[in-house]
Amino acid sequence: MDQKISFIVDGQRATVSADPSMPLLYALHAELSLNNPKFGCGKAQCGACTVHLDGAPVRSCVLPVSAAAGKRITTLAGLGTTEKPHPLQQAYIAEQVPQCGYCLSGWIMTAAAFLKNNPTPTDAEIRQAMTGIKCRCGTHMAIMRAIKRAANVMA
Amino acid sequence: MNPITRRDFLKTSGSLVVSVSIPGAIATVMSQGTTISGKPPLLPNELDSWIAVLPDGSVTAFFGKTEMGQGVDIAIGQIVAEELDVAFDRVNVVMGDTAVTCNQGGASGSTGIQRGGIALRNAAAEARRVLVELGSKKLGAPVEQLTVENGVVMVLRNERQRVSYGELIGGRHFHHKLEWNKEYGNPLDVKGVAKPKPPSEYKIVGKSFPQKVITEKVMGREQYITDVRVEGMLHARVIRPPNAGCNPVSVDESSIKGIPGARVVREKDFLAVVAEREWDAVRAAERLKVTWTGECAPFPSMEKLHQYIREAKPNGSGAPVNRGDVEAELAKAHRVVTAEYEWPLQSHASMGPACAIADMNSDEPRLWTGSQKPHYGRVGCAMLAGLPPEKVRATWIVGPGSYGRNDAGDAALDAGMLSKLTGRTVRVQYMRHDATAWDPKGPAAVFRGRAGLDAAGNVTAYHFHGKGFSRQDVIQRENHPKDTLVGQLTGYPSKGAIIFQVPAERYEFANKRCSWETIPAMLNRASPLRTGHLRDPLGPETHFASESFIDELALAAGADPVAFRLRYLKDPRHVLAVKVAAEKANWQGRPNPNRGKGDVMTGRGFSYTERNGTIVAMAAEVEVDRRSGRVWAKKFWVSHDCGQIINPGSLQNVIEANIVQAISRTLLEEVRFNENRVLSVDWATYPILELADAPEAVDIVLIDRPEVAPSGAGEPSTRTVPAAIANAIFDATGVRFRRVPITPERVKAALARA
Repeated sequence: MDQKISFIVDGQRATVSADPSMPLLYALHAELSLNNPKFGCGKAQCGACTVHLDGAPVRSCVLPVSAAAGKRITTLAGLGTTEKPHPLQQAYIAEQVPQCGYCLSGWIMTAAAFLKNNPTPTDAEIRQAMTGIKCRCGTHMAIMRAIKRAANVMA
Repeated sequence: MNPITRRDFLKTSGSLVVSVSIPGAIATVMSQGTTISGKPPLLPNELDSWIAVLPDGSVTAFFGKTEMGQGVDIAIGQIVAEELDVAFDRVNVVMGDTAVTCNQGGASGSTGIQRGGIALRNAAAEARRVLVELGSKKLGAPVEQLTVENGVVMVLRNERQRVSYGELIGGRHFHHKLEWNKEYGNPLDVKGVAKPKPPSEYKIVGKSFPQKVITEKVMGREQYITDVRVEGMLHARVIRPPNAGCNPVSVDESSIKGIPGARVVREKDFLAVVAEREWDAVRAAERLKVTWTGECAPFPSMEKLHQYIREAKPNGSGAPVNRGDVEAELAKAHRVVTAEYEWPLQSHASMGPACAIADMNSDEPRLWTGSQKPHYGRVGCAMLAGLPPEKVRATWIVGPGSYGRNDAGDAALDAGMLSKLTGRTVRVQYMRHDATAWDPKGPAAVFRGRAGLDAAGNVTAYHFHGKGFSRQDVIQRENHPKDTLVGQLTGYPSKGAIIFQVPAERYEFANKRCSWETIPAMLNRASPLRTGHLRDPLGPETHFASESFIDELALAAGADPVAFRLRYLKDPRHVLAVKVAAEKANWQGRPNPNRGKGDVMTGRGFSYTERNGTIVAMAAEVEVDRRSGRVWAKKFWVSHDCGQIINPGSLQNVIEANIVQAISRTLLEEVRFNENRVLSVDWATYPILELADAPEAVDIVLIDRPEVAPSGAGEPSTRTVPAAIANAIFDATGVRFRRVPITPERVKAALARA
C-alpha cells in the first residue's frame, strides 16, 4: 500500500513512505515535521496549506502526495531567508500584518506567485487574485497594504 | 522540528527559570549565580513570580494572560520596561505556562492591559525600587541621589559611580513580598511599596514597537500548537454524532481494520479514533462505522429560531437600567416608535481547527493547549484524569486564532481524556467540521426598542429589551468538564451561567429602562449550538439593535442622526468621541435618508458604543448594488478612546481587524442548522469576508488620555460596526434592515419589495 515518494522541499531532498492518496499536507507536516503548511479545512477552501509546486501555488490539503513525486516544493519557511526575506515577508513585517498568523501560507504563497506574473497590479486585481484565501482575524486592511508595498518593491 | 523530550522538562528547584526557545516548551536554564537559594513558591505575593533579572541584566516578565495575536505581550513588555527603566528590547515576556506564571485569567474580555497590566506595572515598579535600594548599599549613596538608566543604577551628577541590575541581582531571586488581594484570574492584583511612574515621565509607554513574533510567523519559523510534536505521541480524531443529542449504540471496529494501528477509544458517549500516524487517524475517523441513536430533533427549524426565542419561557431576567416611569410616559407620548431586531447564532470559525496535546500518565503530567486559558485547562484535564490540578503543567502555545471560548477549550480536555484512556501522550486535532459545527456559538437574540417622542421630537421614554440565549451555556473557562463536550458526554451535567446584557451607552433619557431575559439552551447536553464567549460577547448583537433603534428615533424626530445622539450625551469623553468621528467623516447632517437612485446606491451611517470604559464612535459608508444585493462596507471613520494608549501602532491594527471581522459577522455570518444538526460545517457553508469585500479605507483617530487608566481595546470596536453598516444601508436605500446577517439575498429581496 505505502509507496516511497521523493521530492525536493525547501531545497532539500525528502522521501516519504506513504499511501499515495494521502494529501501532501500530511507528508510535509506530519511525516517530515515541516511546520508550514497548516491544516485549515482539508477542502481547499481557506489556503492555509498553500505551498508552491514547481513555483505554482497548490493546496496541499487536497493534492495527493503522489502528485508531488519528483517535483520541487517550497513552503513559507523556504520562500525567503533571514538574510534575504521575500519582499512579501518584508512587507508583512513592516506592516505588522498578522494576528494569529495561521493563514500566512495562504496569503504569502499565493501573492508571491501572483506578483511574479503581475508585477504592477491594481487594487482590484489584488482583491480578485486573493479570492478564496481566508483570514479570520480580519487583518484584510493590513494585507492589502503589505501586498501593495511588496508589489512596489518587486516591480 | 525537534520533538519535545523529557530533557526539556522544567526543573524549578534551586534555579532561576527563564525562557529559551526550545520548540513548544519552556526549558530551564540554571542560573549562573554562585549561591543559589531556592525559588520562592509561584505565588502572586512573591516579586519573583513576576520579574526576573538575568545575569546579563535582561529582564523576564511572567504574564499570567496570553497573547491572541493583538500584541498584548508587547504592551506588557513596554509597561515593564518603562517602570524598570530598562530598554524595551531587554524585556522578554513569558506567558501562559502554569509552571512559571500566576493565573491572571488568561486572555479574557479585553482585560490584558486593563487588568493584567496593573499587576505587571506594580511588580516592575517595586522591582525597580528594590534594585535602587540594593544599588544604594552597593554604591554607598542614598537612594535620593540615585537614578536609573537602561538598567544601570547611577549616582546623580557622578555617573561613573554605577552598578547594573545584572550585577546587583542577575541570576538570583528577589525574595521580596508584594501585597496581594488574594484573588486569582482577572481580578488578581498585586502591589508593592513603590508607586508607578507618572505618565508625564513615560519614554516607552505610548510609543509603537513592533511584535517580534510577527517576524517569526511571517518567516514560517513560529511553532504553533499544531506543530508541537512529543516523542511517542498518538494521533487522535474525535467522532461527533451526525445528529445533535444522539449517542453511539455500537461501533463497528472492523470498519477500520485495514488501517495500520488505528483503533477506537470510547468512554461512555465520547468517541474517538487513535493511530500512530496522523493520516491513519484521519482515515479511520472518516471510515469508522457507528450506529447512533435516532434523531431527537432538539432544535426548531432555522427559519423559526427567532420565533422560538420570542415564545420560549425565560430562565433569567434583569433590568439594570430603570429610571423614571417609562410606561406612564409612553402612554402620554405624542408618538411611539417600536422596532424589533434579530441576530443569528455565529461561530468562532477559527482559522484552523483546535489542537491539543496531553500526557496525563507520566510523573510530570503535561498539557499543551492553544486555549486562551491554560491555567483553567489544566484543572479541567486534571479532573478528568483524576490528578491533583497543581500536578499538571499546562503550557499555552499560539493557536490558529482565538476570539473567546472557541473549540480550543474542548480540544484541551479531549486530549486529557484520551491520554488517560490510552495511557499515552495524545495529540488531538479537530477537522474543519468539528470546529465550525461543534464550537460554542455566539448567542442568537431578539431585541425590541420602544420609545416615546413629544411633538418636538424629544425622547420622553425609552425602553430597550433583549431576549435570547445566555452567552454562557458553557462558561468561558474549561476548568470543569461540565463546560466541555467530553465532560458532558461522560457524565458531567451541563451547567452554564445566565448572563445577558443591555446597551452600553450614555444617552441621558429622563425615563429609561433597559432589560433582558435569557432562555435555556435548546439542548442541554453536548449541543453543537451551546453558546459561549465569541469576541465581544453579546456586544455586536445588542448594539446592532440599540444603535439602529437610535437611528430610527432620529428619523422619527426629523433629526440628523449625529445631532440627535449628541442631544442626549453629556459625558465629555462620549461627546468628544462622537464629534471626532463625525468630523473625520466630514459628516453632512441630514434628517432623512439619501436614497440613491441608480443601480449602485451610496449611503452613510453612524454608530457609537461603550465597552468597559472604552468609547468608540464611527461613520460608515456603504455601496449597495441593487442588482446583486451586494453591500460593500467601503469606508469607516473611527474615533477610539481607551484611555492611556500603550502602543498606538498595535492598537491601530487591532481596531482595523475588529472592524473587518465585525463586517463579516454583520453581512455574512449565520450558523445554519435544521431540526437535528448544524449545517454550517466549513467555509462554503459558513462564509466569511473575502479580501475583495474588505473596506477601501478605515480611518482611525486614536484619542489618547495618558492620565486615564487604560481600558481594553481587544473587542470594543467590534460592537459599533453592525449598526453603522445597517444605518448606512438605510441611508443608501431607504430600507431598514433589522435582521443580521444582511446578505445579498436578503438585500435583493427587500429592495425588490420596497
